[in-house]
Amino acid sequence: MKAYIWIAALILSFPFTPLAATPEEKGLEIAKEANFRDDGFEDFTAILEMTLRNKQGEESVRVIRNQTLEVPGDGDKSLIIFENPTVVKGTAFLSFTHKVENDDQWLFLPALKRVKRISSSNKSGSFMGSEFAYEDITSQEVEKYTYLWLRDEDDEGKPAFVVELVPVDPNSGYTRQVVWYDQQEYIPVKVDYYDRKNDLIKTLRFHGYRQYARKHWRADRMVMVNHQTGKETLLNWKEYQFKTGLSDNDFNENSLKRAR
Amino acid sequence: MIVNTPTKKSLRLILLACLFTGFFLICPFFLSMTIAQEWSGYVGVEGRLFFADPLHPDQRDQNGSLVAQPEFFHQWDEYSVTAVPFFRFDSADAERSHFDIRELFVLWVPESFELGFGFRKIFWGVTESQHLLDIINQTDLVELPDGEEKLGQPMINLSVLRDWGMVDLFLLPYFRERTFPGPKGRLRGALVVDTDQARFESGAENHHFDIAARYSLTLDNWDLALSHFQGTGREPTLLPGTDTAGNTVLIPFYEQIDQSGLALQSVIDAWLLKLELIHRRGQGEAFEAWTSGIEYTYSALVGSKADLGIIAEWLHDTRGEKATTPFEDDMMIGLRLALNDMDSTEFLVGLIQDLDHSARVLSLEANRRFGDRWLMSIEGSVFSAQSQGELLYAQRDDDFMHVSLSYYF
Repeated sequence: MKAYIWIAALILSFPFTPLAATPEEKGLEIAKEANFRDDGFEDFTAILEMTLRNKQGEESVRVIRNQTLEVPGDGDKSLIIFENPTVVKGTAFLSFTHKVENDDQWLFLPALKRVKRISSSNKSGSFMGSEFAYEDITSQEVEKYTYLWLRDEDDEGKPAFVVELVPVDPNSGYTRQVVWYDQQEYIPVKVDYYDRKNDLIKTLRFHGYRQYARKHWRADRMVMVNHQTGKETLLNWKEYQFKTGLSDNDFNENSLKRAR
Repeated sequence: MIVNTPTKKSLRLILLACLFTGFFLICPFFLSMTIAQEWSGYVGVEGRLFFADPLHPDQRDQNGSLVAQPEFFHQWDEYSVTAVPFFRFDSADAERSHFDIRELFVLWVPESFELGFGFRKIFWGVTESQHLLDIINQTDLVELPDGEEKLGQPMINLSVLRDWGMVDLFLLPYFRERTFPGPKGRLRGALVVDTDQARFESGAENHHFDIAARYSLTLDNWDLALSHFQGTGREPTLLPGTDTAGNTVLIPFYEQIDQSGLALQSVIDAWLLKLELIHRRGQGEAFEAWTSGIEYTYSALVGSKADLGIIAEWLHDTRGEKATTPFEDDMMIGLRLALNDMDSTEFLVGLIQDLDHSARVLSLEANRRFGDRWLMSIEGSVFSAQSQGELLYAQRDDDFMHVSLSYYF
């Protein structure tokens, strides 16, 4: 009798785990949870200061204003207005992210007052000369990757899930990405990017996470380091404002032409 | 124009330009930060070097010019006002020195539509080599021979955007005449265009009310636009005449036209397929003209950050040899290399080859920023194998290089 009690106690003392979850299923669950926790932000605006730094320490700063709209059932819409360098001030970029198909993108050229449709399948192209590719900055939808949970480990003293993401789109510049998700809040803290030859090319780190509207976590700073060229890009996010009342009317060809 | 005293006009213009640019540059220091952010624009200096001697005794060899385009913008509630004056002072050609109101308008944007009132610049089109559909604004031909620069156009326009597409309606109450290089300017025809003698088919001349409408729709990766314009044609028919001094000149004659247009564009992966088609009645016999083309972009070229864009377009005009533009049956091939480096260096090369004759125009351009505020641009064009029947024959020795340095504020 005592033996049965001991065995029962032993079994019950194990933390509850879903029945036979494969690493693929676990990876997908983590990604879905991370996505779910950010649902409902409606819209947000922010100012982004992007500093490009090369191996010699020379820097160049870009400043852009960003407006993002959450679209139920699809990827986000975003409007980016270039403020700095002064030479390109007034140039604006509109993007409709989609879960699976190519994103729709337009560029507004203020000198000609021309809205130009651009192809988005070249998502590996560099955004404004930085170490961020277009696919790095457009909204991350769950459907864009397949997942594989690799392990749990600590990152900077805090427990994290380590998940491998393989892009579904063959046009991606990456074979795979490895993401460290904070176990408590399901927010990414580190990402390793592997290029088409499966070499580690870049690492992205998130710093200064703050919670907005009592739910949504956003990092104040992001640092992307290119291991092959030694170049870095720092993103400083400022003046985050959530639920500012934006709608589809603020994300169309006319609002792109009016963008300032 | 030929009898004017160029010096007086030029002096007045220099003074105006200096006053305005000085004013706009000093303003930010004296006004508060918020108002200073409403001022922007650029000033620049440019030089044009021609590789061969001019064909005509009046034409000057080289020229230099100053340009200023300040911009003012202010927004309150649903309204905004924009003002963009433009100045150029040219050392050689008095016709090239000019002042224009590029934009001066009030825009009202309540929830469901947009209403604009004043001088505006509107762009229609999807192709790169020429813009057949872009009819609203008059071409400021004296600026650049490719016709990319436009004069401001007074208008009242309404724009309504819904799920089923966008409708733009325009009422254009005043007509702007095209600018042409003067006798001392290069990149002009053998005969000078005497803009003082411009004639109009309509008795109302510049005051004819023109109207235009456009419907556009984006469906997935397709863009469609249908447009119609009725009124004074922006492109004049050049008729032979004489000026007061007895010289043979060309006189611009502006006719009443109806022009319908179609634009079609499709994005397929890294490819863009484009078509612009117009049908014009009222300027000679009715005709069609189209530009069709493709654009392909390579990103992250051989592991670098550079992007390479490739464009190929076919230009055709059913008037054939009687066409009023040089591109009655031509092919354009272009390359754009953007290095995506810290200075946003980029190179463009374009070749337009006549498919029936050997005439061709080769253009090269390089741009680069210096710091945040300076932009340097070098452009060159070579006109080759232009035989006597070609419209560009008179410019056959006008191969040029144009260097400009601009400061943005």
